[in-house]
Amino acid sequence: MSKSDERPDQPGNDPAVSRRSFLKGSGLALSIPLLAGETVEAKAAAEPAVPILGPNKVDITLTINGKPVKASVEPRVTLLDCLRNDLDTTGAKRVCDRGTCGACTMQMDGKPVYSCTVLAIEAQGHKITTVESLAVGDKLHPVQQAFWDNDAQQCGFCTPGFVMACKSLLDKHPTPNDEQMRLGLGGNLCRCGTYQGIKAAVAQASAGVKAMKGGKRNG
Amino acid sequence: MAEYKWPDAEKRQYIGKRISRIDGPDKVSGRAKYSYDINRPGMLFGKILRSPHAHAKVVSIDTSVAEKMPGVKTVKVINGPGYELQWAGQEIVALAAETESQAEDAVRAIKVQYEKLPHFVNEADRSKAPESYLRKPNENATGDVSKGFAEADVTVEGFYGNDVITHCCLEAHGLVTEWADDKNVLIHPSTQSVSPIGPELARALEMPASSVRVKMDHIGGGFGSKFPIDIWGIEMTKASKQAGGKPIKYFLDRDAELAVAGTRPSLYAKVKVAAKKDGTITAWESDAWGSGGMGNINGPLPYVFSRIPNTKTKHQTVATNVGPQRAWRAPNHPQLALVTMSAMEDLAAKLNMDPLDFFLKNIELTGARAVTYKDELMKAAEMIDWKKTWRPRGEGGLGSTKTVKRGLGLSIHTWQGGPHNSDCDIIINPDGTAEIRIGTQDLGVGVRTVLNIVVAETFGIPLDWVKVSIGDNRYPVSGGSGGSTTTGGISSSSRRGSVDALNLLFEKVAPTLGTAADKLEAVGGKIQVIGDPTKSMPWKQACAKIGVQPLVARGKHPGQGTLASAGVGGCQMADVSVDIETGIVKMNKFVAVQDCGLVMDLKTAESQVFGAMIMGVTYALYEEKIMDDHSGRMLNGNMEFYKLAGLRDIGEFKVHMMTGPGYDERGPIGLGEPPTNSPGAAISNAVANAIGVRVPTIPLTPDRVLAALSQAGAKKEGRG
Repeated sequence: MSKSDERPDQPGNDPAVSRRSFLKGSGLALSIPLLAGETVEAKAAAEPAVPILGPNKVDITLTINGKPVKASVEPRVTLLDCLRNDLDTTGAKRVCDRGTCGACTMQMDGKPVYSCTVLAIEAQGHKITTVESLAVGDKLHPVQQAFWDNDAQQCGFCTPGFVMACKSLLDKHPTPNDEQMRLGLGGNLCRCGTYQGIKAAVAQASAGVKAMKGGKRNG
Repeated sequence: MAEYKWPDAEKRQYIGKRISRIDGPDKVSGRAKYSYDINRPGMLFGKILRSPHAHAKVVSIDTSVAEKMPGVKTVKVINGPGYELQWAGQEIVALAAETESQAEDAVRAIKVQYEKLPHFVNEADRSKAPESYLRKPNENATGDVSKGFAEADVTVEGFYGNDVITHCCLEAHGLVTEWADDKNVLIHPSTQSVSPIGPELARALEMPASSVRVKMDHIGGGFGSKFPIDIWGIEMTKASKQAGGKPIKYFLDRDAELAVAGTRPSLYAKVKVAAKKDGTITAWESDAWGSGGMGNINGPLPYVFSRIPNTKTKHQTVATNVGPQRAWRAPNHPQLALVTMSAMEDLAAKLNMDPLDFFLKNIELTGARAVTYKDELMKAAEMIDWKKTWRPRGEGGLGSTKTVKRGLGLSIHTWQGGPHNSDCDIIINPDGTAEIRIGTQDLGVGVRTVLNIVVAETFGIPLDWVKVSIGDNRYPVSGGSGGSTTTGGISSSSRRGSVDALNLLFEKVAPTLGTAADKLEAVGGKIQVIGDPTKSMPWKQACAKIGVQPLVARGKHPGQGTLASAGVGGCQMADVSVDIETGIVKMNKFVAVQDCGLVMDLKTAESQVFGAMIMGVTYALYEEKIMDDHSGRMLNGNMEFYKLAGLRDIGEFKVHMMTGPGYDERGPIGLGEPPTNSPGAAISNAVANAIGVRVPTIPLTPDRVLAALSQAGAKKEGRG
């Protein structure tokens, strides 16, 4: 088992372009004319290796929680910012904005991603699952119920990201061992200090997966 | 006259039980809207150009290009030519544009010329500070310190320090601000201070306080740094007016959040402390300094052991060109605890005493809370199995190997946490529902839940019959959430208001039940004659007697009856392993014993203590605002290199709350801050116990651990 399919900082093995790889790619493209002169630049312009988008806004369609949603964004806009600013889907939070804290964790084709490292344009054609999809009316998802029961939250700003990371972990490893938990949840940070509750929540949700029993809210 | 007191233990239905926080479902589902999540029609995005220099004069500013860029709606110079900037990150120009990207582009297009001036950003070595940056020291003395040292058999001298750290709130500082019309402003700030922040903004804008409406449902962390409206709040509100009243969202980017939104001041101290052979402390002398920017820091040393008979202390503030300090969860206490408890543990080590015995021997020097500390030390020792695991310093605790050493450390702490002023309205509706309206905020500690508990407990009704309304400055004024004053203040006012509202209801019901109002009680969803369930009326039926207009009672703190008090003690013990080849410190186990008077909700109270301990592990082992001497800038203004502990860094944690007789009758006392005071000291002491030498400054990063080991080795070999 490779680490890359467990850590929530990349869209798995999928060829989708992350912001990190995008920036790396942009740097290479810029360096070619500087090194090789106008001939190469002209050739590059004539035969673009990738479709050129922007810099103005482009119309995109994203599949968010099973529904197609349209937006118009500049190509540099991240999936996170598109959801938060253009689609008013604000469950995922912007905290570090550079793939470190996990507060913006979503699922892309069922795998966890830091949505601040994915460009909105590159999320097209993929299934995006956000925290908003988990609860149905007043009925919480077992992972959410476990977070609530075990007070795995204080200010709660990191909580949606943690819930998504935890769901992704349990989707893959219904009863995770310590190493799996380290990889699955080690990429999410909490400032209030709720890890004790989160560990208990993972234990409850994990047991719940097996027993499919409701959590104990008070007690 | 109503009697205001808390119900007796056997009658409590909710108070002190494990109640899940009422806003939990909103937070776990992403439905909870923080101010950062507010999106308004036609909203603009604000950005601020900040100083790249730690100390510089603004010579010229050219915003002409930025003003003409696509989407840009307002550009305003905050600090213009001639202004002397005092830290990297200080505000220069504010602007707003239709999209965040456009605003970022426009900021980059502004041209500023600076005249660079000399700066000073690292105060750990005081001797390097320019003379003008050194403030006049405060000096104090008690007893005769020379005599105290002369009486002693053993004296230790040490240097101890805490570096500057930041708050690193996950929801950055900021707000959404708009003009409802040309005279009225609506703001959604991220604040610890819902009632006071409106008047503050109004003062800055020279408009009536009544013209500012403040709304905030949830706040993503504050830890002491989110009281003021801040310059960005003022400037963005002005910008909104310039943009025709359009809403502007402005939240600090992460680098600015870490650089300018508040620091915890540093504290460094040279300490000399002495004791007799039997462990009796005779004298303390310290020379301390510290800074968090251009302000002052003061704090009493020695900490907690305040009755050492002979003391001489000096404290000096050193100014730096670093963003301003702000209250950071228990201002000064973690730093003072580190200095004091480290010196105490060093003294115990030199006396060849177990520090637990040494602390107990001198516990009377802590003053009024000596008995509490003793009880807490004994309980914590039992929880961590101290006597079985502890070994003298440097011998390697139980389970040590050649390269991984185990150690135990302890610390005790205090905090006041008295209640702040608080008003609230308690409303009983004719349909039996109740509501509390109060201008407070829930920083994450469970304020909504505590209010829910108090009202439901008083009325004897289910929790979900009570609506809790907070976070609006149109509700009765309650204090800012600082100093662990909120739970005491709001519990006290909500209890008084609930008791008064209930008495109004009793007046309405008494004739039907054929008795007097003062002969009634509310129990189990009913109003009944005291002690006689046969003469009763269901709550909802009773409320129908109110008529069409709801009953309203105003609850206040302060007021009659002693419902809340102040002053707590706590004890923490850490069990660590240190790899002496890599310098990495690992938490094995960490225990906390804490009192907070009457616990309102055991579940959220324990969470508070766990949270403080985890935050403590973070500042003890990882956190450091690293300032570059050359550029004067923060080098780690991001979350990759401004390190916070993760889920796997904390080890096994245990919390014990001191409750019952001796504690409950004191009423609720604030809990947010006290348990954050000891971790640095307890962990530093555990590391010293494990490796045999003191790592003088926290955070205990691997390089510092290795340096301390190397220095000790050099001394041993006669090279140091």
